[in-house]
Amino acid sequence: MKRITTLETRNLCESAKNGGCGECQTSCQSACKTSCGIANQKCENKESK
Amino acid sequence: MIHQYKLNGYNIVLDTCSGSIHAVDEVAYDIIEMFLDNDEQTIVNTVLQKYKDRSDVTREEILLCIEDIKALKQQNKLFAPDTFESVAGTFKERSGDVVKALCIHIAHTCNLNCSYCFASQGKYHGERAVMSFEVGKQAFDFLIANSGTRKNLEVDFFGGEPLMNWDVVKQLVQYARSIEKKYNKNFRFTLTTNGLLIDDDVIDFANKEMSNVVLSLDGRKEIHDRTRVDYNGKGSWETIVPKFQKLVQARGGKDYYMRGTFTHANPDFLEDVKVMLELGFNELSMEPVVCKPGDDAALTEEDKKIVMQQYEDLAKLMLERKKEGRPFTFYHYMIDLTGGPCIYKRISGCGSGTEYMAVTPWGDLYPCHQFVGEEKFKLGDVWNGVTNKEVREDFASCNVYSREECKTCWARLYCSGGCAANAYHSTGSVRGVYKDGCDLFKKRVECAIMMKVAEETQNG
Repeated sequence: MKRITTLETRNLCESAKNGGCGECQTSCQSACKTSCGIANQKCENKESK
Repeated sequence: MIHQYKLNGYNIVLDTCSGSIHAVDEVAYDIIEMFLDNDEQTIVNTVLQKYKDRSDVTREEILLCIEDIKALKQQNKLFAPDTFESVAGTFKERSGDVVKALCIHIAHTCNLNCSYCFASQGKYHGERAVMSFEVGKQAFDFLIANSGTRKNLEVDFFGGEPLMNWDVVKQLVQYARSIEKKYNKNFRFTLTTNGLLIDDDVIDFANKEMSNVVLSLDGRKEIHDRTRVDYNGKGSWETIVPKFQKLVQARGGKDYYMRGTFTHANPDFLEDVKVMLELGFNELSMEPVVCKPGDDAALTEEDKKIVMQQYEDLAKLMLERKKEGRPFTFYHYMIDLTGGPCIYKRISGCGSGTEYMAVTPWGDLYPCHQFVGEEKFKLGDVWNGVTNKEVREDFASCNVYSREECKTCWARLYCSGGCAANAYHSTGSVRGVYKDGCDLFKKRVECAIMMKVAEETQNG
């Protein structure tokens, strides 16, 4: 596409089928302690990506 | 739903529900903006008129771009429908009553007297106390017994100041290591400290056992020492900086965060970031102060305007430094686009009150460290488990779609509804929305994604 570059991202709709293992880090646990954000968490389920 | 914005010379389109990110030129940006509410002829005429001085913007070109947009829509990468709301309530049910992370309040006491401390100088509005090994051991037994099939268990040693009860921290780590194989668990420890009591023993043990250490430093000496003082009013900067440098140098690449707080005194927090960099630290986190409106430390509306600009300037500085081969990380700008969290995590949020709890020095359980001291939120204790099912249910039913304001927010799957404690303290309800936090959060996400676009398109 000439005018649009799409970055490679995880397909969130697809992740509904095989996500939810719960092994990833608890959002607030390691750094901020005063705000919640999950975008910077890493997925720990290697098989679901 | 999409979100469009322009930042640092980039035109960016986020597709909320698919998570897709598109870097576009200004013509495509305008076409996407008009796409849903206008017919093709109107779009063509409007764009031709706007770009009448540009030879590359022809009717054919515009129609080609419209076809590209249709194709992305067809692939659910643009204007993807929200298929999550109807099932959001069931997502947390998958984890049942599993607990996988504890914030262990190893010491409700502190050797600093920071005026902005949310924990009232480590006492959490109560008496000074330290946790005994017996209480801590019971907390670990409670965690293992309630962790189901989860392998990775996280424990943060928190305070107050954890190093004021360091021997018990070490004993508890040794206890956990002695049982983790037997129960097929993997403990990940974090230590959060103000640094005053760091010595060689702390450095050796923390660097061996703690998967992360969070080191409290506010940046510039005058900023840090304005707030982070001992009980004689003496600033702590001179004492802690060499200790932090020694610890980080010996860490051998393991994770750490220099974690600062910015307040009304330093909305220009990028200056503090630069000081941290000059001191040799390059894994950074700076957080806006959380306090009651009217508090001297609270950020004003004017401050917020400065902070918004600082976030943009920080992102630009990070891009520059990366180009120069001197990269550094900022906690809130760490977005993994391909390996980030699944939709379950994005909808369920931080896990407070369900899979994540705080333990007081005497063994009481609370939904998170920020609720400790709020008696009505007490969940139970480490001997009897969660007995206050009502509070637990309340937190279990919290998700991004249980907050009206979040349902239509473009950033909902990046923040997952925000911090329940901030919501409670600002609105009186864990289902409220802490608007000041939202505004800053959205700016941070925009900056973080802009950096990805810059790196991806190799113009950054």
